[in-house]
Amino acid sequence: MAEETRKIAFICSKGDLDMAYPALVMGWAALGNGIDVTIFFTFWGLDIINKHRQDKLELAPVANTSMKLKMMGLPTGNLGIPNILGILPGMTAFTTWFMKKKIAEVGAPPVGEYLQMLVDGGAKLYACKMSVDMMGLKKEDFVDGVLDIVTASDFMDMTEGAQIIFI
Amino acid sequence: MATRVIAGKTVQVNDEGFLTNPAEWTKEIAVELAKEEGLAELTPAHWKVIDYCRDAAQKMGGKSPTLRQITTGTGVSTKELFALFPKGPAKKVARIAGLGKPEGCV
Repeated sequence: MAEETRKIAFICSKGDLDMAYPALVMGWAALGNGIDVTIFFTFWGLDIINKHRQDKLELAPVANTSMKLKMMGLPTGNLGIPNILGILPGMTAFTTWFMKKKIAEVGAPPVGEYLQMLVDGGAKLYACKMSVDMMGLKKEDFVDGVLDIVTASDFMDMTEGAQIIFI
Repeated sequence: MATRVIAGKTVQVNDEGFLTNPAEWTKEIAVELAKEEGLAELTPAHWKVIDYCRDAAQKMGGKSPTLRQITTGTGVSTKELFALFPKGPAKKVARIAGLGKPEGCV
């Protein structure tokens, strides 16, 4: 009679500010709906759980074809931030500041706080062993919610029957 | 629109069993819906959350508050909220409080 709990697993492989949010938003929604959540952080995605990095994630304007000047309230149609301007010192800081402002406007918390909400809601976080070794990181570099450093094979075992989303 | 009798009162519900008219909700109905959601008893801590949701929905034009709005608004921590309404507090709280599902994402 007991219904099997739906399971969902996210693989976070990117460390840009805008790539941290999809798993946070969807993971939080999943927890709110009673779905079991596991998140595996690999490659640059480790920045999301690295306590020295997680609240310093950035968004670069160079080669970003989606970030239009229009977002900043300018009547410039499809014009993006010209790449030649994007290389100027301070431009990454500017676009990061702007994106953080947009995120805050919809009521979403900063990365660290958001991730803690997921941990408090029961999400299980794991770091990828190969990436951790490659980048010379240790368990102490990660936030408290990270349960363990595991191999890709461990991840496959622990996500049997789960829906997997790669970000 | 389907109707059903909960705690001796006929109310309108949608396909997922959520009340569609918050005004038809009573505390007795909440107790019954909580039982259906696996909560044998509603403690004062549960009521604090439910009362907040009812209040917030009234102020927000009938919209159910999101989990983050609940934790911020009541001072109940995320951990506590998930312990009070285990396995899916977003839906559970809204259903017990006689409101629709929250429309926000956070």
